Amino acid sequence: MAGMELLSDQGYRLDGRKATELRKVQARMGVFAQADGSAYLEQGNTKALAVVYGPHEMRGSRSRTLHDQAVINCQYSMATFSTAERKRRPHGDRKSTEMSLHLKQTFEAAVMTQLYPRSQIDIYVKILQSDGGNYSVCVNAATLAVIDAGIPMRDYVCACTVGFVDETPLADLCYAEEGGGVSSLALALLPRGGQIALLQMDARLHQDHLERLIEAAMTACKGVGKVLDEVVRQHLQEVSVLTSD
Amino acid sequence: MAADMRLPTIRKTVSLSVSAFDRKDLVVPGDVITSDTGFMRGHGTYVDEDKLTASVAGEVQRVDKLICVRPLKTRFNGEVGDVVVGRITEVQQKRWKVETNSRLDSVLLLSSVNLPGGELRRRSAEDELTMREYLQEGDLISAEVQSVFSDGALSLHTRSLKYGKLGQGVLVQLSPSLIKRQKTHFHNLPCGASIILGNNGFVWLYPTPGQQEEEAGGFYTSLEPVSLSDREVISRLRNCLLALAAHKVLLYDTSVLYCYESSLQHQVKDILKPEVMEEIVLLTQQKLLEQEG
Repeated sequence: MAGMELLSDQGYRLDGRKATELRKVQARMGVFAQADGSAYLEQGNTKALAVVYGPHEMRGSRSRTLHDQAVINCQYSMATFSTAERKRRPHGDRKSTEMSLHLKQTFEAAVMTQLYPRSQIDIYVKILQSDGGNYSVCVNAATLAVIDAGIPMRDYVCACTVGFVDETPLADLCYAEEGGGVSSLALALLPRGGQIALLQMDARLHQDHLERLIEAAMTACKGVGKVLDEVVRQHLQEVSVLTSD
Repeated sequence: MAADMRLPTIRKTVSLSVSAFDRKDLVVPGDVITSDTGFMRGHGTYVDEDKLTASVAGEVQRVDKLICVRPLKTRFNGEVGDVVVGRITEVQQKRWKVETNSRLDSVLLLSSVNLPGGELRRRSAEDELTMREYLQEGDLISAEVQSVFSDGALSLHTRSLKYGKLGQGVLVQLSPSLIKRQKTHFHNLPCGASIILGNNGFVWLYPTPGQQEEEAGGFYTSLEPVSLSDREVISRLRNCLLALAAHKVLLYDTSVLYCYESSLQHQVKDILKPEVMEEIVLLTQQKLLEQEG
């Protein structure tokens, strides 16, 4: 997409946002009754559903059992109708497998697995509509689902993708920007302590810029964290009003 | 046949008590509860740089020096003496594995069941071979928690005639936090059905049994056809339970019975309609309040 201007002279991006502005985040917890925890999250036009089962007894291969902590099992999938071109395989292809692995690593850093020896926690995430930042939206949705399931975590995990254009870091890339040849970086953060759960970058970037980019990503993640915090507190209040007598 | 269709709408859930808004004792993961080091760390908390921090979203409970955070929704945390309803998932040597909505599958040892033929019967190697005749995979049982292992798994027993294999009936799976702890969890409701409110959130509805045969030791299950009226009562109770659970009303014999009475003016299939559900639950809550005060 050569010739497309990702950042105008006035400092606006393709969808009219400022460089550090996030997309609108809307979320709901406890969308399914059958699962232990579930959440739905929209970040701009990217929409994801996350479902958590567990901790429960190991199902399937017993040999993966860890005697001192829980095993986290993640599955990432994209609905066939989520992209402009219809997808053939909703999950199981190379990209999804890699994404599942990233999600697993992210949540192993945040969930207190040592409290549940010999059990398994399943996290299933599905992208319903894909408009950039799939990994970060999945992490944010899964965080809410894990909290809804009452599984202990050190902190929220918030994720955000950040791109680098014209010497400026752009927060929360959309699909058009991701495809526009921007070197992007995905970061998952535990906001309170500032620990990084996962950092991923496939593109080339001069090392002098890296620090600024990570800095921008952390700020964006903290922004997402604030929104998630509000959602959780709201949900907590609503449910506790019903249960208190 | 007339079908009932509706568009998705946001329904505001109504409740009689609204005093609980703006509560201070609600925390989310990562919230610092106290930086005072004089407190003890309970469930749902961890210590981070000498600060007691919450690890789940829920309400803080303090007992003397012990601080816990109780999540709103969680899996079943069994305690000794709890009544549970569970499903056999595996038959092993000398034990059955039982799914009880707990973090790990519970264990029912061959030595902690009453086998047919009386209390004092010795368990032989033959019994181990015929375990599947008593309980096989997929069977439902009611049992009591005998002990809790160090990893949190539960050991069950059915050493009483009220426990054992469950026959014909309906299982309703709800959140364990909705079940009120009571002296007895077995009730013969006056409306013509019986209910087992398992502490693990599994509720079993069944027709009130007639004369129990003592010899069977809890493995006898009646295969007599259940009459239509009994089935209707059970279906109505099931829908009532779901309605109460949707509005997060604590479940015990009185609340279930009041809900059943309030629902009588509606057809069984209508109970699950959101507006009918709301009406019935409100009536139930009113009756419960009247009874209390």
